Amino acid sequence: MPQMNMVQAINDALRLEMRKNDKVVVLGEDVGKVGGVFRVTAGLYDEFGDDRVIDTPLSEGGIIGTAIGMALYGLVPVPEIQFSDFIFPAYDQIVSELAKFRYRSGGEFVSKLVIRTPVGGGIRGGHYHSQSPESQFIHVAGLKVVCPSNPYDAKGLLLASIRDPDPVLFFEPKRIYRAAKGDVPEGDYTVPLGKAQVIKPGKHVTIIAWGAMLYEALDAASQAMEKGIDAEVIDLRTLWPLDIDTIIESVKKTGRVVVVHEAPKSCGFGSEIVALINEKAFLHLEAPPVRVTGFDTPFPYTLEMEYLPLAHRILPAVVQTAQY
Amino acid sequence: MSATPSPKAAPGVKEFAHDNGKNGHHAVSPLVTYEPIRVMREDGSVDPARDPGLTDARMVELYCTMVRTRIIDERLVTLQRQGRIGFHIGSLGEEATIIGSAAAARKQDWIFPCYREFGALLLRGMPLQTYVDNMFGNGNDTVKGRQMPDHYSGRAYNFGSVSSPIGTQITQAVGFAWAAKMKKDDLVTLVYFGEGATSSNEFHNGANFAGVFKTPTVFLCRNNGWAISVPASKQSASQTFADKAIAYGIRGVRVDGNDLLAVYSATREAIERGSRGEGATLLELLTYRLSGHSTSDDPKAYRKDAEVDQWKSKDPNVRFRTWLERRGLWNDKKQTELEEQAAADLQECVKVAEKAPPPPLESMFEDVFQEMPWHLREQRDELLKGPRAKGHGH
Ligand SMILES: Cc1ncc(C[n+]2csc(CCOP(=O)(O)OP(=O)(O)O)c2C)c(N)n1
Repeated sequence: MPQMNMVQAINDALRLEMRKNDKVVVLGEDVGKVGGVFRVTAGLYDEFGDDRVIDTPLSEGGIIGTAIGMALYGLVPVPEIQFSDFIFPAYDQIVSELAKFRYRSGGEFVSKLVIRTPVGGGIRGGHYHSQSPESQFIHVAGLKVVCPSNPYDAKGLLLASIRDPDPVLFFEPKRIYRAAKGDVPEGDYTVPLGKAQVIKPGKHVTIIAWGAMLYEALDAASQAMEKGIDAEVIDLRTLWPLDIDTIIESVKKTGRVVVVHEAPKSCGFGSEIVALINEKAFLHLEAPPVRVTGFDTPFPYTLEMEYLPLAHRILPAVVQTAQY
Repeated sequence: MSATPSPKAAPGVKEFAHDNGKNGHHAVSPLVTYEPIRVMREDGSVDPARDPGLTDARMVELYCTMVRTRIIDERLVTLQRQGRIGFHIGSLGEEATIIGSAAAARKQDWIFPCYREFGALLLRGMPLQTYVDNMFGNGNDTVKGRQMPDHYSGRAYNFGSVSSPIGTQITQAVGFAWAAKMKKDDLVTLVYFGEGATSSNEFHNGANFAGVFKTPTVFLCRNNGWAISVPASKQSASQTFADKAIAYGIRGVRVDGNDLLAVYSATREAIERGSRGEGATLLELLTYRLSGHSTSDDPKAYRKDAEVDQWKSKDPNVRFRTWLERRGLWNDKKQTELEEQAAADLQECVKVAEKAPPPPLESMFEDVFQEMPWHLREQRDELLKGPRAKGHGH
């Protein structure tokens, strides 16, 4: 099986689906000739031409609005937003239109896109190249939200997203674009949406993470193991709809939970996860659920490694929760 | 306003490689000056109708700022390659568009920058050390190490605050000018952006509001040919970017953006119009981004060396220098001294900036609100008593 990084795996998925389905088009800023600023769409322009791999004018509202129109016509657009920090000029189209088409037309119209966009910090990007806005989309009824942590899942989840009947926000953790490597099968396969994965089974405490922070959670878990704490680590993979069963099953076993995410703490996705655990497994809890997250500040430049919920901050939370 | 379709291109639009006009028909509007304004002639003379009448000393000062800006640009790229700073986005090749326009602004006029205008800030008196501290995001940085390099603020210099999202400054500059107009203050805003930004929501909103409310705003569109890898021809099917003014009922003027005196003259005229209550002007400054988009970009992946070489021969700094030399205002010796001094000044600032400590941890939680609410105090205290990240602050 070929070894790939995240960038290559996502590229492979796009290529495969574009060969299979001539309705799939890619559009965005710099996605064409140069293959994207992170090179995720490299080579697609040469293979599929400028009708299907389209460099657009610099307007996210334009990209998403026209992609919705294409989707209404029957194409399957996979627009790229260059950084998720720049998705907001398109927020109106996503929130008011994309998310509501099926509902507001009584199912008469469906607008189905997969919006790919790099997410997260740790690349010295400051306020506007580092944010994690996932909960701002989860909160909008009608959008699915995906965030892979490894090349295998990235390819399989992207293929599943493109074939899914609903609009999907596909967040790509840019910090591990090249750092996360692994075996990726050639050819077609999917990883189902809505299914989390237990990456490391354990019995004392459950750590829930996704994207780039999964590796920090695993690092903290292995350090905790040296202290005799056996943590279970869950990679959510799909954030919405959430795989609540896997979470509840784990929490029933451990009774203790730490949720990790880069986004600010308040109203971050961790808040929802903890609320659900309280609703569904309260009597199984042995300790208060804990969130280790970014702070409620804009994403800082120089102090970014202090801002991010890296292993050095996850470990004490895991130890305290386990010993509570 | 009449916009008569005409089979031939408006004068002057064919002159620049990245001009549009692919639709084959063009409207020529009296609102737009198509022939790019040019002041410095090949023979060293000036177009008398357009001569801004700068003193020799002022011209030399502006030239020196262009050269310093260039040297800083080159040196910062090296520092980024060495891993000593994280990023740089500069103005290589676009110096005349920035220095020429900023120089034309009156003291009370405000600048709303994009991200390439550090030369304007230096011209307005920000100390080099302040800029370099921002590049390092250290504890002396006036924006407290919170933003990426080249994302400075300059309130003391009537200069706004840089953010990355494209186009957002445009509407803000219009609102600022509008407020000044309401208060009957004689103040004009200058707002910088690239031609790519003309595709943004904010350009439309800004130009439209400026037209409707006749705000004293000068839109400075640096048409440098490229928005990262996307050529200007893919941003718009308009014949020129100045044409966009027509739809908003404001003036549009094309300017040879590598001619410092032309940029000065056109900007001055636009400022005076604004100041007289005649509303906004869109200047399309024809220039070229000689470097990559930023240190994160390799332009060889999408453009030909020949195109770059063609524009190198129109280098705005060389052009102004030649012109000054012809008038006996500059020579090789002065050039060498200036370059050495500029490099030494920068080196000194870099030395100081590298020694400065990172911003204090607690500064991360300040300025979110004027008063720090309980939840931020709690998060701050948690961070302070917790373990430190590896390589804190570097
Ligand atoms: C809203 C938004 N979308 C995308 C980006 C990423 N981006 C940064 S600069 C740039 C190109 C800008 O081109 P232009 O406006 O022509 O200015 P130039 O850099 O050429 O001066 C892009 C796409 C951004 N900063 N903001």
